[in-house]
Amino acid sequence: MTLLITIFAAVICTILWYTKAPKNEMKLHILCFMYWGASIMWLVDAIYEFAELHADYFQPAPADMLNDAFLGLSVVALGLIIWLIVLLIKDPKGVVRAALTKQTNK
Amino acid sequence: MACFIVPAAEAVITTVVTKVLQSKEKSSEESASHEVQASHGETALTAPAHTGRTPFSHKLQWLNNMLWGGSALLAFEHIWHGEVVPWAPFLTAASDPASAAEMLHEMATTGVTMALLVTAVWLGMVAVSSAIERRSETDNETQPADN
Repeated sequence: MTLLITIFAAVICTILWYTKAPKNEMKLHILCFMYWGASIMWLVDAIYEFAELHADYFQPAPADMLNDAFLGLSVVALGLIIWLIVLLIKDPKGVVRAALTKQTNK
Repeated sequence: MACFIVPAAEAVITTVVTKVLQSKEKSSEESASHEVQASHGETALTAPAHTGRTPFSHKLQWLNNMLWGGSALLAFEHIWHGEVVPWAPFLTAASDPASAAEMLHEMATTGVTMALLVTAVWLGMVAVSSAIERRSETDNETQPADN
């Protein structure tokens, strides 16, 4: 479930990046790479788990599935927070810098 | 258990390599600009040496982003499952030898495969982008001849 949610997040971010390209003011590529990196890593985890559990891998207990879904959504939220921090620090539009200089000029 | 440590370690190495490459590319670009200025008798930095190709350091940044981002999100998953704690030795599996051996085995199998697969995907991206760049270069070269 965590893998599925992260893959969906990666696909949505990639579509958003593509629609905005070649402009990349929002630094969406960071979000894309982050989610794709995590998706690939969880895919490897899933393959190893499948090799161990076989068909049982596709029949998780409802409580585990709920916990995994909750974890997946938390991971997406964490990714968004990391991206937001990077965006505000790099400030490609100069919005934060402009707001700060405006305040100091007053 | 601690599989994310392997891609994170690779990320440290690739980040250092990226920084070294960026400084080398910057210095070679500056020297090329100075050569152009000298040939034109210019004094200001007006002619950056652009080849139209994406610098390799930029492509390496894609790998850094995937490795750091993936490791960070996987580390969060490990915190969620109580496998990483904020006190020494930070990894719960490192507290007893049997769990530590299991953890090292997982790092050597799952962790190494994760790092390899991310690197393989990145190599594919580099190959595709290089092919696109080559194709656009050939298109640019043939276009004036057509007209």
